Amino acid sequence: MKELLSLFDGLLAFGKDGNWKMIVMWIIGGTLIYLAIKKDMEPTLLLPIGFGCIIMNFPGSGAAGPLQTLYNAGIANELFPLILFIGIGAMIDFGPLLSNPKLMIFGAAAQFGIFFTLCMASIFFPDFRDYASIAIIGAADGPTSIVVAQKLGSQYVGAITVAAYSYMALVPIIQPPVIKLLTTENERKIRMAYRPKSVSKATKILFPIIITIVACIFAPDAGALIGFLMFGNLIRECGVLDSLSETAQKVLANLITIFLGITIAFNMTAQQFLSPQTLLIMGLGLIAFIVDTAGGVLFGKIYNLFAKEKINPMIGAAGISAFPMAGRIVHKMGLKEDPQNFLLMHSTAVNVSGQIASVIAGALILKIFIPML
Amino acid sequence: MLDFYFEPYEFVKNLKYMGIGMLGVFMIVAVIIIATYLTNNITNKLAKPHDDD
Repeated sequence: MKELLSLFDGLLAFGKDGNWKMIVMWIIGGTLIYLAIKKDMEPTLLLPIGFGCIIMNFPGSGAAGPLQTLYNAGIANELFPLILFIGIGAMIDFGPLLSNPKLMIFGAAAQFGIFFTLCMASIFFPDFRDYASIAIIGAADGPTSIVVAQKLGSQYVGAITVAAYSYMALVPIIQPPVIKLLTTENERKIRMAYRPKSVSKATKILFPIIITIVACIFAPDAGALIGFLMFGNLIRECGVLDSLSETAQKVLANLITIFLGITIAFNMTAQQFLSPQTLLIMGLGLIAFIVDTAGGVLFGKIYNLFAKEKINPMIGAAGISAFPMAGRIVHKMGLKEDPQNFLLMHSTAVNVSGQIASVIAGALILKIFIPML
Repeated sequence: MLDFYFEPYEFVKNLKYMGIGMLGVFMIVAVIIIATYLTNNITNKLAKPHDDD
């Protein structure tokens, strides 16, 4: 009889502790799973995060031990996001960017949201480790957000990661109204001729090496971030490691994604997550994405004031990194205004440059704030 | 009672990081653009004689 009753210990403990907050966390976990499955929002990450969120929130949950082991092995030392970067690097084709490198400047402009959010977050968070980490949500890049927050030792790694991935999935909803608000119909109809210049194989191979060297000279803290991303791209472009490239793009990226998602949930206990600060982080993340988009578009408009050949300012919004959604959104918006306006190659070029620029921005944040630790 | 930290002046104090950060991103990207142009020009020129053979 005693043994039978002991089966209900968990239930009794749950009632005794009055852990209504844990039930809220199940609802959050369930919502993330729902969004992943039903709305197809970043399912590879939101589903494991959502499930991990549920299993972490029981009194004396046995999942905490293994998840802590995974956390220490892969996130506390930034290993998982960095390995994931090899896969992402192997997926990116820098071809459209290499045929028109000046478009990279729009990727830089779209990082404005990061630094604006840094200032905004400093109003609400006293610790620089937290507000600098929250700002990097604007990188629209999960691994960069995790690495920066982890390196700076922010206590909000879980909320920052969830915000980064959630808003990346919401880019198709966030960006179009901002772009429309800041551009006229005529501007959205500007056509851009695509005149691809020949890009040699050697350039494609040298590009990841050059980026790594330049980034590491100016921001040595970027060594791991940019290095792993570009290593993945070098595997892709070298032409002699096709099977490794394929493995990095698929098997490696998938494997790490499974562990990364569920391990992030280790930080999603009710105690840590359910706070007004989490809501603030979600709000600041949204601001970061909006200001990133605005920064890119407005830079495009300023560029047009001086340029002989006008560009469609919408492509500036693609510099938000979130690859490849941001590039596709701009292309679709261009087609909506004018069915003959094909912006895909330009917006993709800006989009991949946003990926590089966001990593550089993350590295600069580390360079500025790590000495203060 | 919710315990909120709220210091609007911090925004102004941190504007310097916005300036340094954006300037830094533009500078590094500019160096990368120049390096990419140079690399493409040099490798294309080196590849051309080879193509003619």
